[in-house]
Amino acid sequence: MMAELWLQFVLALDATIRMSTPLIFCAMAGIFSERSGIIDISLEGKMLLSAFAAASLAALTGSAMIGLVGAIIISVLFSLLHGFACITHKGNQVVSGLAINILASGLTVTIGFAIFSQGGQTPFLGREQRFMPLELPFIEVIESLPIIGPSLGVIYSEVISGHNILVWLAFLAVIVTGYVLFRTTFGLRLRAVGEKPEAVDTAGVSVSWMRYKAVIIAGILCGMAGAYLSVAHGGGFVREMTAGKGYIALAAMIFGNWRPVPVLLACLMFGFLEAIAARLQGVDLPVIGQVSTDLILVLPYVLTVILLAGFVGKAVPPRAIGVPYAKER
Amino acid sequence: MTVTHKQAKGSDTVPFAISLRGVEKTFGAVCANHNIDLDICTGDIHGIIGENGAGKSTLVSILYGFYRADAGTIRVFGKERTLRSTADAIAAGIGMVHQHFMLVPTFTVLENIILGHEGTESLAKGFEAARVELAQLAARYGLDVDLDAVIEDFPVGLQQRVEILKALYRGANILILDEPTGVLTPQETDQLFDILRALKEQGVTILLITHKLREIMAITDHVSVMRGGEMVAHKRRSDTTPEELAEIMVGRPVRTDGIWHPPSPAQVVLRADNLGLNAEISADSSVLVSEISFALKAGEILGVAGVSGNGQSELLELLAGIRAPSSGSIQIGERHITAEMPSSPSEIKSLSIAHVPEDRHLTGLILSFSAAESMVLGYEEKIAGGMAGWLDREQLGEHCASLMRDFDVRPPDPSLKSSLFSGGNQQKIVLAREMSAAPSILLVGQATRGVDIGAIEFIHKQLIAMRDKGCAIILVSVELDEILTLSDRIMVMNNGSSMGIVERKEADARSIGLLMAGVR
Repeated sequence: MMAELWLQFVLALDATIRMSTPLIFCAMAGIFSERSGIIDISLEGKMLLSAFAAASLAALTGSAMIGLVGAIIISVLFSLLHGFACITHKGNQVVSGLAINILASGLTVTIGFAIFSQGGQTPFLGREQRFMPLELPFIEVIESLPIIGPSLGVIYSEVISGHNILVWLAFLAVIVTGYVLFRTTFGLRLRAVGEKPEAVDTAGVSVSWMRYKAVIIAGILCGMAGAYLSVAHGGGFVREMTAGKGYIALAAMIFGNWRPVPVLLACLMFGFLEAIAARLQGVDLPVIGQVSTDLILVLPYVLTVILLAGFVGKAVPPRAIGVPYAKER
Repeated sequence: MTVTHKQAKGSDTVPFAISLRGVEKTFGAVCANHNIDLDICTGDIHGIIGENGAGKSTLVSILYGFYRADAGTIRVFGKERTLRSTADAIAAGIGMVHQHFMLVPTFTVLENIILGHEGTESLAKGFEAARVELAQLAARYGLDVDLDAVIEDFPVGLQQRVEILKALYRGANILILDEPTGVLTPQETDQLFDILRALKEQGVTILLITHKLREIMAITDHVSVMRGGEMVAHKRRSDTTPEELAEIMVGRPVRTDGIWHPPSPAQVVLRADNLGLNAEISADSSVLVSEISFALKAGEILGVAGVSGNGQSELLELLAGIRAPSSGSIQIGERHITAEMPSSPSEIKSLSIAHVPEDRHLTGLILSFSAAESMVLGYEEKIAGGMAGWLDREQLGEHCASLMRDFDVRPPDPSLKSSLFSGGNQQKIVLAREMSAAPSILLVGQATRGVDIGAIEFIHKQLIAMRDKGCAIILVSVELDEILTLSDRIMVMNNGSSMGIVERKEADARSIGLLMAGVR
């Protein structure tokens, strides 16, 4: 019984990592964009578009890698569109982001229908058209260790090993984000542009160009998130397959106060909630009975609202966020 | 207008630090800078003075590469330059301390200073190199600051010092300061001037942009006067007087004093007793106003002095019924306003109190409304209320036209949008509206902020006239000169508390300045 529970727990952790990966990519994308002062509500739409692009290209060319590259290109193009509206034309950032989300929702289904005639889906992708799990070495070695061997072995083989390359890239993205933001000149300027763009402008650095760079990076990361959903985690594109993950990532980003490591933890927490929600479906728990999975799935949003209302901690967004930069004197 | 030049320095050997010829800049139909000629001697402190809208800011923006001149030449240390961007200006050796600081509040001093000039991609290396160089700069110019402190924890005086250090770090040998004393106490201003003198001794050329004559007289070597987008005079400081400069600025003789005469105060009309206000957001428990007590008499002007952000704005909002007090009371006639029995702006109005808000754009006017509509805000019923809630538009226009005549609002067109009037005329609209209600108490916030000298003189006369008619006036202003010109008594606020009420005859800039800084 104990061993069974332990295995269930370990499997839930494994699912957590798989559920968290797109959140991590998107939340890091959000950090880059919002730290530069551009609200990015279009994470959801860009992820959906790139999931579609990845699956379509993988289906047509048979290469997951081409799918990934295509996903990144599409996502960056829409980032540039967002940038063009918000940076060059000083448009409302929320409206622009929302427009992209609506566009993505319609465009993916329409084009998918036109190309594949499968009700907006893409064909199912075989193993060779996807990023498959990578088994790490030394599983037997660790399992055969004395005393801790069996339990550590389960964790190693189930939780750490057996993930595709994009999962590893997501965790790498957190480290890179932290390094770039806080250890490089580029990061200093990026953060400054989101806090006080005038200071950057008067230092002789172009505010618009900095913000464009930030949204392009956000586009690249969103592209990876989308590709993960359709050609790594899943085996093809399904309409609306992002199912609000972009918004959850946004919530995680706010929850983690726009800082990479706390944001990673928030993503893992939200991913964990998603993982156990799936596992608890229809399961009778002792004392409580059945738990509504909807209740668990709504938790990320509830927690974020509580945070924003100032009950626990305090969300401190970049000061110039959402404000188009106009030279005025 | 042509101006002849008489300058001893800037001879054949030493070129002018900055030399402008025929600089032009037009925005749409407005000519902000017309045919500007200007020579600034290397190593001088050179003042540029002019009213709001005279074109000083535009000229400075051209020098710092924010705007490009439509025509004309700019020479920096004898070399002709095209300043396309801020980066070009920095490369030419021009540094700028903006009126509103260009510092990232959440960054440390060091981060702010190297921003944009980090040298390497790795921040750690950039920091290391900057520390060494900044230590030398600090020693040379006597500018000591803690490099690891976060900017938002600094008082404004220190923040300004960081701005100066930042400009020097970026290699400036010409330093432009745009209205640098607006946010400083008189003592901080003195410290700033000491720094500027030290910089001058080290050979830095300083261009000081201001509208305060006192500062020009205190520190500059030469002064240029701007009016209506043109350079109208260049003077050696020692050859001129404040009166002469004021006259050139405005274009006609101005009375800078002598408006005031002794008041004849009568009965007390408003009494504040231990008035206090706490911040409204639960996370922030700071005290905005604490234990303010005073009695205001009919026929007197009580000036409220203080550096911006020391609780004066909140005090004004308390008195105007916009905020409810957290403690203490305000007594007006029989009415006691307390935390339990708060008031409202409409009740305050009914108690014959009028309020000229500090920020005419935010609370004084609705910029997209016509002048006639702005002229009756809050008094619609009284002035133009027709049958069944209809607005009598004809009456509206007539009312506005007559007040525009009385208050010399230009252009006198009631149908013109409020946003299209100049700052001074917008302020006159607000003042006309509130004064014409013939209140027994008038609350005035920043009566002449952003208003040109001619209009200031007019507004000051109006305020004194109101007082003489028996109106009790509370005048909140960050302009110490204005407080000293008009007030019969002066209350100085620091950090939300009153530092005491000083009689006019005992008040001077020095004693009030100390109180503003919190020194009793």
